[in-house]
Amino acid sequence: MTTLLKVEKITKKFGNLYANDQISFEVKKSEVLAILGENGAGKTTLMNILFGHYTPDSGNVNFEGNAIEFGNTNNAIKLGIGMVHQHFTLAENLTALENIIIGRQSIFSLTLPKRNARVKILELSKKFGLPIDPDELVANLSVSEKQRIEILKTLFLDCKLLILDEPTAALTPQETDALFSTIRNMIKTGLSVILISHKLNEILAVSDRIIVLRNGSSVGEIDTNSTDREKIAEMIVGKKIDYPKKTKIPKKSKVLSLIDVSYKKPDAPNLSKVNLDLYGGQILGIAGVAGNGQTTLAKILSGHFKPTQGKIIFEEAKSVHTSPKSFMDLGVAYIPEDRNSDGIVGDMEIWENAIMTEMDDPFLRNSLGIINKKTSFDRSENLCETYDVRMQSIRQRSRLLSGGNVQKLLLGRWLMRKPKIIIACQPTRGLDEGAIASIQKLLLEAQQNGSAIILISEDLDELLTISDDISVMYKGMLSNPTESSSTNKLSIGLQMAGDGFL
Amino acid sequence: MIEFIEIIFTAGFWAATIRIACPLILATIGEVLCERAGVLNLGIEGIMSIGAMVGWMTVFLGADLYTGILAALIIGGIFGLIHAIFTVYLGASQHVTGIGITMLASSLGFFCFKLILPASTTPPKIKPFQPIDIPFLSELPFLGPAFFQHTPFTYLAILVVIFAFWLMNSTPLGLSIKMAGENPMALEAQGIDVFLVRTIAVVLGSALMAVGGAYLTLSAFDAFYFGMINGRGWIAIALVIFASWKPERALMGALLFAGLDAYQVRAQQLAGAIIPYQFFLMLPFLLSIVAMVIAAKRTRYPKALLIPFRRGERH
Repeated sequence: MTTLLKVEKITKKFGNLYANDQISFEVKKSEVLAILGENGAGKTTLMNILFGHYTPDSGNVNFEGNAIEFGNTNNAIKLGIGMVHQHFTLAENLTALENIIIGRQSIFSLTLPKRNARVKILELSKKFGLPIDPDELVANLSVSEKQRIEILKTLFLDCKLLILDEPTAALTPQETDALFSTIRNMIKTGLSVILISHKLNEILAVSDRIIVLRNGSSVGEIDTNSTDREKIAEMIVGKKIDYPKKTKIPKKSKVLSLIDVSYKKPDAPNLSKVNLDLYGGQILGIAGVAGNGQTTLAKILSGHFKPTQGKIIFEEAKSVHTSPKSFMDLGVAYIPEDRNSDGIVGDMEIWENAIMTEMDDPFLRNSLGIINKKTSFDRSENLCETYDVRMQSIRQRSRLLSGGNVQKLLLGRWLMRKPKIIIACQPTRGLDEGAIASIQKLLLEAQQNGSAIILISEDLDELLTISDDISVMYKGMLSNPTESSSTNKLSIGLQMAGDGFL
Repeated sequence: MIEFIEIIFTAGFWAATIRIACPLILATIGEVLCERAGVLNLGIEGIMSIGAMVGWMTVFLGADLYTGILAALIIGGIFGLIHAIFTVYLGASQHVTGIGITMLASSLGFFCFKLILPASTTPPKIKPFQPIDIPFLSELPFLGPAFFQHTPFTYLAILVVIFAFWLMNSTPLGLSIKMAGENPMALEAQGIDVFLVRTIAVVLGSALMAVGGAYLTLSAFDAFYFGMINGRGWIAIALVIFASWKPERALMGALLFAGLDAYQVRAQQLAGAIIPYQFFLMLPFLLSIVAMVIAAKRTRYPKALLIPFRRGERH
């Protein structure tokens, strides 16, 4: 097979940090190369260099024998490199067609050949199995439709190498499968694909070769056929991962029930007649594509939103005033979806974040309400030690912590209180394998100690391994729970797409 | 009471509406171009002012009226370029830069005026554009005097609307401008220089603003004096929102405001003795605010408006 792309000793620094350090690799014609690595390992930086967004400090890239001119996306496109960014690069106020055809002509051209373009787009769409409506406004499209447009954009510009940066992050399992069959189609017609992901199962399913990056350096290259999940995970993290093991415990008494809870307001996705029972020692997983009301449900369960209809009942009888504080006092812990904006205050120090929810505690302040630094420091040191929050000092600003450590800090802060109910919203989203394993372990420990946990996640593997029962949310409705041992990805995936809902 | 309704059935009212609307149309279209590309241009008031001065001065010093328009166009483009260098290339605050441009351009315009004509106490005059009668159409009853007996500059302003509509909807540049104001990364990812597109939009838009200012000194009046723009630039900023950032709706908005203004002048003459004239002066602004509140509910801002684009940084 001929070499399409040759990357030699690429180095890129941001300040003092080496985002890429002497990275070299090749992409051959008609192959899928996967690039794997933790967050911050340098995958996206590397791709942005290939595509001309960034200029590296040193190194060369050759594409079909031509040197790539760095820092010039136009040059990359002309050579035949296409990229689908993790965050879509689409203008929502334009139609699909307009988004696709822009860039084909000089901006000083006087005509916009929409008719010819439409023919070509529909042809490509048919050839690669990417159905779209060219005249629909992008704002009205779903995530997977937007992604199809992104891919068509690159195909329209006759790309030979397609870079896909975390393409499955927001797709349902069925949509992911459709994407992979498109990728296989492309390979057959002679295209090459670079796939960036941290979902190992997907990489194993679709790639030919794997390159692993760690802390900006390439730590290994391996044929997909000759490896397995555990081996790759080890390469990514650099050590053996201790995967959590679930031991089932009998359900205790009911701690929470929702009866016909609805939320109908324009400020968030709505809920309609959600019923739910939660027992001590149970982990109830809630699956669903983002935006179907999971966040609203979490905010209702944590006292941020008041349902417009229906009842929330704690421990069979008590009905309470809606406020985060009164829910906290009843033993509810809430891990917000966006940990950096809703969980911690990034510019405050770690110890301040660690005691933020504990200001009622008389040990932490004196009778005048002034914070007792000594006990506060001790408490935070203790928290960080118990829950393995890795930091330089508790006086460090919290935003400098990695995602996994922020999450451990947040979870630890709640676990210190021995919560009865934990509402965990996407607790492992965007974290790397090692951090995911430790967060999952903490949740399982909390379950062993009798806490009831609602785990809202888009990661079906996580839901199937961690939770006892799984419900699916679709357009604000919640399905009845199924035992996770008696269901599988396929049937949950179908439900996520609306199967079984009225 | 019937007299108040009769006003709108006079050709004079419609002719005046169009006259008043022209500078607003040009300025609003100019601002639409800038904001569509993601750059708020608060330099509009000053750019109109210096456009009015430069256009007038060019003619006063002996050039013909069309050269006057061209001179205004160029000076507007130059101030647009200054605005673009700061806000697009250097990523400076669009508010601060815009206000700075307004203060600079309006003061500099008047300063140069005084340098060239130090002695004049009463503003000197030029012979401005004269109304031309469009053959046949101008002889129509009512419609003729209302719409077909205007100056060439007026028809030019209407052509600008058509040009802007065509630019925004049927050219790669228009598409790029809309994309630059919505998601500049999308443009960059298609290999188009975001800075260039935004700069072109700001320069072109500012040039139109200056021409809008020149309309006042070359067509509506025949002299230049300090403060003659009198808030028209700020009205244009509001009209952009009313127009939902669309050139064709900018035309409607400008006509609506101008109509209210033309109406109040005539209503003043009828009822000036009973109702204080200030009330009538206030009317177009008050009604514009009401119209804006109603229209603005449905508007969608260009998402990247006010956000500087920076290349090669981590997002």
